[in-house]
Amino acid sequence: MTLSFVAGSLLNGLLVGGVYSLMAIGLTLIFGVMKVVNFAHGSLIMLGMYTSYWAVILLRFDPYLAILVSLAVLFIIGACFQRFLINPILNAPEHNQLLLTLGVSLFMENLAVFLWSPDYRVLKTSYAEVNFYLGDISISLVRLLAFVSAMILAGILYLVLTRTDLGKAIRAASEEPKGALLMGINIRRLYMITFGIGAACAGVSGAAIAPFIPVYPYVGWLFVITAFVVVVLGGMGNILGAFVGGLIIGVADSVGAMFLPGAMKSIISFTIFIIILLLKPAGLFGRKNG
Amino acid sequence: MAEPRGHLKRKLGLSTWIAVVCVLAALHALPWVFPSILHIMIMIFLFSLMGQGWNVLGGYAGQFSFGHSLFFGVGAYVSSLLFVRLGLTPWIGIFVSCGAGILLGLFVGFLSFRYGLKGPFFALIMLAFAEIFHMTATGWSAVGGALGVLIPLKGNAPGLMQFLRKEPFYFLTLWMMVGSLYLVWRLESTRLGLYFLATREDHDAAEALGVNTFRAQMAAMAISAGLTSIGGTIYAQYLLYIDPDSTFGVVNSVEIMLRPIIGGPGTILGPLLGSVVLTPLSEITRLAFQSYSGVYLMIYGLILVAVIMFLPDGLIGFARRVVKKFQKGAA
Repeated sequence: MTLSFVAGSLLNGLLVGGVYSLMAIGLTLIFGVMKVVNFAHGSLIMLGMYTSYWAVILLRFDPYLAILVSLAVLFIIGACFQRFLINPILNAPEHNQLLLTLGVSLFMENLAVFLWSPDYRVLKTSYAEVNFYLGDISISLVRLLAFVSAMILAGILYLVLTRTDLGKAIRAASEEPKGALLMGINIRRLYMITFGIGAACAGVSGAAIAPFIPVYPYVGWLFVITAFVVVVLGGMGNILGAFVGGLIIGVADSVGAMFLPGAMKSIISFTIFIIILLLKPAGLFGRKNG
Repeated sequence: MAEPRGHLKRKLGLSTWIAVVCVLAALHALPWVFPSILHIMIMIFLFSLMGQGWNVLGGYAGQFSFGHSLFFGVGAYVSSLLFVRLGLTPWIGIFVSCGAGILLGLFVGFLSFRYGLKGPFFALIMLAFAEIFHMTATGWSAVGGALGVLIPLKGNAPGLMQFLRKEPFYFLTLWMMVGSLYLVWRLESTRLGLYFLATREDHDAAEALGVNTFRAQMAAMAISAGLTSIGGTIYAQYLLYIDPDSTFGVVNSVEIMLRPIIGGPGTILGPLLGSVVLTPLSEITRLAFQSYSGVYLMIYGLILVAVIMFLPDGLIGFARRVVKKFQKGAA
């Protein structure tokens, strides 16, 4: 194992980690604002991948232009999901919301099997095999582009949350929902928009990885647990924590891939997950314990 | 204090006893009347047994697990490996499996409950443990790797829990299921059962009243893990083949927990009722849409969403409400 190989796989892990960050930001945003643990996040990622895949195959879009299609489609799906399914049971015990999103996830995944068959589909692009070199470290172009796309959306989201009235309202609702309601913020509409944004994050991260990860109906399972690991690592509801956590888990996964057989590479991140949940459930950057 | 204790003594009325005896007699005659549905009945009983395991922890003690395939898989793997490698009969293996499941459950429970993990966090930590075992079973060739374990068929060997006909499995699973019903029925009236309910309803209040919630949750975990592991062993002996996906896979966690949730979490008959509804549904749609093997999971998803939105206390809760309405209407 040469040094450049190690450095290369750590760097590629970091690039994928950027996408994990975006997935986790979507999940943590939804949790932070409406305290819903969205188990269907993996299915939303899967839908984002398929949206981008079909936009490329049927409409002949460029894969990176298709990201915008995924963003729009998933925003609408997410907003409808919140409006018609989550909203009616928002005051039910929290495990009911978890179970509801599990049911939606089962439905969406197996609907995808029904509609598009369980086959693995590969989104072929002209630059899929392009690697470029930093010294003798090889970096894959599609992973770099995925990282950049994820970072751009995360950056825009950060600006929206900090600089706009909508962002202020979202942050207010996440800190003090009753207070926000009393200040005249339309909480119902805000919840819909927030869920839409969270789903759009999932959609964009799915579309961004579609050029190098095969698309199939159960692909979401590869990521949903990882996204939970990242969210818990960064602290439930903490967006900055999710960002940093994503990079950490991306690197941890690539370290795992170097030492463990393929099927077991995620054991490291799962172990981190369990340790964090047990020792510091508020996350690495959590303000208070428990 | 005499009255509340008397209230706790479990007694069934004569009519209930007659009904129970009639149902059991009918179930014993069933293999001769409808031999073709034995497989579905075995699956109903088996998943009802494991669903009852989930129900003790999730329904009664209020800790929702998203990873009960962990115990299912441990139950299946421990007895199968003991049989294939050491020739140990699964009749002993089932006790070892059960013990291994309980120990593992106590380990996970100790870690989680000591820190007061609950709600989605506990659900996810169970899922993470199940996935770690899933990945280990897939990657570790000493336990069969991704190919799994094939249990050699020794012909009709009752001493090795192997039968060429389905009837013995039918009676085995039937009585295991009835045993789990009896266990939970008795549990409901014990002090421990009441501690479970108190912990579920209000953790802090229970603690303030002197209930050791940690011990109550650990006990619920042990019973739950044990019952589910037993189901795993019987499943392995019935199908004679196990692999990581069909045991530790997430689908099994869903299969196990959906039964009590749909039937009615925290009720004695909930898991059985849920199993009676779901098992035929999955078996029939699997036959009807062979090329789309996931259709039954799509229906599961729809049912789960509908139950959570409209019948959050399951079919039993719904039936109770209907009965109450009628009684009110009559009065």
